Amino acid sequence: MFRNVKELVSLAEAENISISEIMIRQEMEQYDRSRNDVFSQMDKNLSVMEKAVHRGITEQVQSVSGLTGGDGKKLYEYIQSNETLAGPLLLDAVAKAMATNEVNAAMGTICATPTAGSAGVVPGVLFAVKEKLKPTREQMIRFLFTSGAFGFVVANNASISGAAGGCQAEVGSATGMAAAAVVEMAGGTPQQSAEAMAISLKNMLGLVCDPVAGLVEVPCVKRNAAGASNAIVSADLALAGITSRIPCDEVIDAMYRIGEAMPSALKETAEGGLAATPTGRRYQEEIFGFSTKKV
Amino acid sequence: MKYRSVFDIIGPIMVGPSSSHTAGAARIGLVARQLFQMEPTWVSFHLYGSFAKTYQGHGTDVALIGGVLGFDTFDNRITEAKEIADQRGLAFTFHEEDAQLDHPNTVKVRLGNNSDEMELVGVSIGGGKVEIKELNGFKLRLSGNHPAILVVHNDRFGAIASVSTLLAKHEINIGHMEVSRKEVGKEALMVIEIDQNVSEVILKEVETLDHVSKVTKIHE
Repeated sequence: MFRNVKELVSLAEAENISISEIMIRQEMEQYDRSRNDVFSQMDKNLSVMEKAVHRGITEQVQSVSGLTGGDGKKLYEYIQSNETLAGPLLLDAVAKAMATNEVNAAMGTICATPTAGSAGVVPGVLFAVKEKLKPTREQMIRFLFTSGAFGFVVANNASISGAAGGCQAEVGSATGMAAAAVVEMAGGTPQQSAEAMAISLKNMLGLVCDPVAGLVEVPCVKRNAAGASNAIVSADLALAGITSRIPCDEVIDAMYRIGEAMPSALKETAEGGLAATPTGRRYQEEIFGFSTKKV
Repeated sequence: MKYRSVFDIIGPIMVGPSSSHTAGAARIGLVARQLFQMEPTWVSFHLYGSFAKTYQGHGTDVALIGGVLGFDTFDNRITEAKEIADQRGLAFTFHEEDAQLDHPNTVKVRLGNNSDEMELVGVSIGGGKVEIKELNGFKLRLSGNHPAILVVHNDRFGAIASVSTLLAKHEINIGHMEVSRKEVGKEALMVIEIDQNVSEVILKEVETLDHVSKVTKIHE
């Protein structure tokens, strides 16, 4: 069983197999399950993601509070009808990431990757690169195993909980997972996957969890947008041969220590950051009829 | 290593909006229901840390009630859990606690009916994964992700050996086991995580062993 990214990459290199294959084999051994069984469970997760993406870019979803909904669809339509600045693939990932999180905020059905608040990044990136790389269904399922392998390391060595480590632990982790998985799908090496994860997570360090009114909506939906774009850019950097000066495991460790040092007001308590702005407080009062004034 | 499966990371499939505050909460409620083994008529939830601060916004309240009603993380009925609880005659209350505990997402669940009651402390550690930390005052560590047998017994020589021997006879492999007691020689609790579900027949057999007073199980 691999405990960190270094071991994960070494295992893949030693056996000359992909990261996704390492994760699949570990799951089979750990739980004494067949390859078919493990694959079909991940296939089910993929289908849930696909439905959530589709729903978010085609339906006018809205959360119960009314704070979020419809932006993924709006961006998706903008891409179809305009010459965009960032280019279609990047924005497609952003639109699909936002769409997924809007469905989540509307209490729709999603697959946590690694959490619900960060559930847009991995599917957003996957269903955008799908258009360009034209993967098989198996390759798409493998994308999720590769994401899972990197998320597994973060969850065991740092945290994937906003309440424990801030948004860097949620959207930050998801971004690193997606970046690493794109690299594998695009034909990069296991080490390049690790570089992509390190580069993208570095750019998410320090990100606090400050949801307005305590809802997984503002700023979560747009943080997923930022994560998706960051993941694709970082994957391109890694595929270009650019490396992170700080190794991936040390970046993960830094994320953990930053999360520990973060005050509790900035860890999913809705007491600081954007939640504590005058407008954030006003939304809270409008939605719940009260405001917690503690800062 | 707290996380052992890739499906802890890619998963669960769930009703939004929060894996820790919605899916994790539903799982804690569901474990409480499975351990109680009966239809509860009342439940009180004591919320700590981030749970106490943001439970309404994250649907933690409906998820906890939904779990106690027997709904899994992906069950759409979670959104209407309060109405369904009213229909089924389950009275619920929520209490925001100020105490600072080790983990920010902690809930103490008390539930019962005319014949019995139970108290459990659960923590949502992230990504929908949970740990049960306390049951009726016994310290324990239970993930709720694997089938498990909980055996209340008297703290006497041979009690643990007799249970493990019986499981071995039925070719049931123990994945994780721990024993907790409040006082030497008094009531104690064995928590046995296993690889597969066990039949009621085997549980009944465990219950007939010397020094064993109660056996409950949770399924995957």
